[in-house]
Amino acid sequence: MFLGRVVGRVWSTVKLPSLVGHRLLIVQPLTAELAKTGKRIVCTDATGAGAGELVYWCRGREASFPFLPAEVPTDSTIVGIVDSVDRNRL
Amino acid sequence: MILARVVGSVVATRKDPRLEGKKLLVLKPVSPEGKDEAGYVVAVDTVSAGYREKVIAVSGSSARMAEGCKDTPVDTAIVGIVDEVSLDEK
Repeated sequence: MFLGRVVGRVWSTVKLPSLVGHRLLIVQPLTAELAKTGKRIVCTDATGAGAGELVYWCRGREASFPFLPAEVPTDSTIVGIVDSVDRNRL
Repeated sequence: MILARVVGSVVATRKDPRLEGKKLLVLKPVSPEGKDEAGYVVAVDTVSAGYREKVIAVSGSSARMAEGCKDTPVDTAIVGIVDEVSLDEK
């Protein structure tokens, strides 16, 4: 799973029926220091995250698991909203 | 999921029988602003996307969850046509 920030959203009318009702958000991946890293990607949302929120997201087949038993064709999903990041503990 | 633009199509006569009848399109990944990014991908089209249309593409094993792609040798599928992308940037 990776940290990211919600930086936008995508509207799509013509899409697979299994994607209907899912919000598509643009997420900027972040490092543990909250610096931008990598390309922005489109994520489905399993948590109700909002604009500008710090989130964590997962990629791959697991990204569709939050929506089980529905088979949602997604490879990146926001699975949590971050309250705080503590990176100096180790 | 990534944003991409349809830039061409692929015609293949000899292919896996499970791919018969599937439309194959060449995609150019784009940034949320619409700028081209590196590389090209070939994707199976499940939403009848057309030339130059901006689309959402799913990659990896999740692509097989798209309609009609179950148990097919597919690792990238177009699952939606983009109406609009909005960014929250300053």
